[in-house]
Amino acid sequence: MRLPSDSVESLLLSLAALALAAILFGAFVALQGLDPLAVYWTLYLGAFGTRFSIESTLTQAAPLLLTALCTLIPARVGLLVIGGEGAVVLGGLGAVLAGTALAGVPASLGTILTIAAGALAGGLWIAAAGALKHWRGVNETIATLLMNYIAIALLNHLITGPIRDFSQTLKAQSWSIPSSFMIGNIPGWSVHWGLVIGVIACAALHILLRHTTLGFSFDVLGGNRRAAQMAGLPIGRLLLLACFLGGAGAGMAGAIEVVAVHGAASESLVIGLGYTGILIAFLARQNALAVIAVALLLGGISASGGLLQRRFDMPHAATTVLQGLIFLCVLASSALAGRLKPRRSVA
Amino acid sequence: MTGGLDLGWWGVLLAIVAGAIRVSTPYLLVSLGETLTERSGRVNIGLEGTLVLGAMSAFATSYLTGSPWLGLLAAGLAGAALGLLHALICNLPRVNDIAVGIALFIFGIGLAFYLGKPFIEPRAPMLPGIPLGSFSTYPAIRSAFDVSPLFFIGIALAVALEWGIKNTRWGLILRMAGESADAARAIGRSVERIRTLATMAGGFLAGVGGGFLSLYYPGNWNEGLSSGQGLMAIALVIFARWSPMRCFYASLLFGGASAIGPAVQTVGITEGYYLFYAAPYVLTLALLIYSSSPNQALAGAPNELSISR
Repeated sequence: MRLPSDSVESLLLSLAALALAAILFGAFVALQGLDPLAVYWTLYLGAFGTRFSIESTLTQAAPLLLTALCTLIPARVGLLVIGGEGAVVLGGLGAVLAGTALAGVPASLGTILTIAAGALAGGLWIAAAGALKHWRGVNETIATLLMNYIAIALLNHLITGPIRDFSQTLKAQSWSIPSSFMIGNIPGWSVHWGLVIGVIACAALHILLRHTTLGFSFDVLGGNRRAAQMAGLPIGRLLLLACFLGGAGAGMAGAIEVVAVHGAASESLVIGLGYTGILIAFLARQNALAVIAVALLLGGISASGGLLQRRFDMPHAATTVLQGLIFLCVLASSALAGRLKPRRSVA
Repeated sequence: MTGGLDLGWWGVLLAIVAGAIRVSTPYLLVSLGETLTERSGRVNIGLEGTLVLGAMSAFATSYLTGSPWLGLLAAGLAGAALGLLHALICNLPRVNDIAVGIALFIFGIGLAFYLGKPFIEPRAPMLPGIPLGSFSTYPAIRSAFDVSPLFFIGIALAVALEWGIKNTRWGLILRMAGESADAARAIGRSVERIRTLATMAGGFLAGVGGGFLSLYYPGNWNEGLSSGQGLMAIALVIFARWSPMRCFYASLLFGGASAIGPAVQTVGITEGYYLFYAAPYVLTLALLIYSSSPNQALAGAPNELSISR
């Protein structure tokens, strides 16, 4: 089992990595002739400064809570899966197909089934990569990254032909799901219910990973494959299940984008939610509860992107640069893991 | 249409052959670079980011200086810098090289889009081609066989690396770092230094591959310039079993597959062509499945490699 001091150390390392990334990004914008402090102040205002920006941050964070799981859960069994972007697309497509097929079903049941279909599609998509890994030894990182491109090509194919809504002439998008299936906002907030679903998913996953036999089996497998084999754990099933659950998370994120925001599948599903999810999983150091905090932070960075663009005439990619720097610093900081732990006194 | 002359389905075949020659160059350069890096025992999965940053650096430098060759040099240097960053972080203890690659993938693309924004509109001087198709009067054939010198440089490099890795002192040291870090240390070589140099060289080649994209074909700079070639090249190295010459043959295959989508579109198929765009990715995945083996040990893989364990 993990000692509490491990979590404290993880937190300290992540904070140190964030601070270093902030300094490096500050230097980067200073090189462009901008005032780093003014940039950070704007970033704060855009992310958490006003009620509107907080709402926008929460809306951005909602799908990220779920896409992070696509990397997090397989990581527990020792797989490095980065197929969240593709699973989001599959989830969105699954939701549209189910939603349009179920027209006429009572509203709340329809919503639940639509989201479940998205989760199923995303789950099977990543589970396929898990199966390839287990039975063919195909590297799961490269496979899932390739599958992202395949998923996007599939989306483009479907929304320009087979499931295209031809009444939409401005952009290619799929048929729309029945409007009664759309989920609304949390009362009093202009933030949709997807946020609540994401938080519940992370909390439930935390309990699953930390307090059940299944979670323990995942950790044994992730820690030492051979030990898992010796202990008679069903390795193939555990790998597939971890991949399925992770993919289901990202698939659900895609489905929620459909039922809460767009109402249909289009290129709007391909906005890097999966890639940001990878970063969140690493920054949270594969801890499901920490994902909630990190997703808020990254959601805030995304939410303030527009304000940064307008106020400083910065390219939109500024937030990608910042994300990349954070990622690099987090990885570099893992070199220090185990060094900060307080020495155990001999009792 | 192709210069008033409708070649029909022959046009598709011609486009695939031309694609095999033209589109293969970035695959070739990136996969040769990755082969070098992986033979030293490290994986740099972030070469897609390197490719895009290289493309931007080449285009911007060519635009600002007027020399596409300087642009290529800038692309290589930018790639080597990202390679150095990868190597320095991986030299730290307990850092996963695949994860660092993912981070560099995001960082490289972010940096390229950020710094490259002012260069999306203008035109920059392009690299010249060698007109091997001048025997023909058909414009389609002439343009199909207008070959970049980088293609031939790539072939020469593949031959040289194939020979060099097997037969030179440097090749032996490189292989030693990749096969057994302990053995390399035992004879007093710094494994970290070998891998750092190999990753920088790999980044240099991937950067030049990006320069080919922005300065030759398709020959412009925009955010959709690369469609995962840097990533596919990494899968291609596994298929080629870490052999530079086999990287060349595989690159031709991938180039041909990449040309199917656009080629099918030119013969008037307007529906479903997005599926053909998926062809190179599906092919890559299929080849990856084919060349992997269930007992998790890849034939010909360097022993120290994290993806082959």
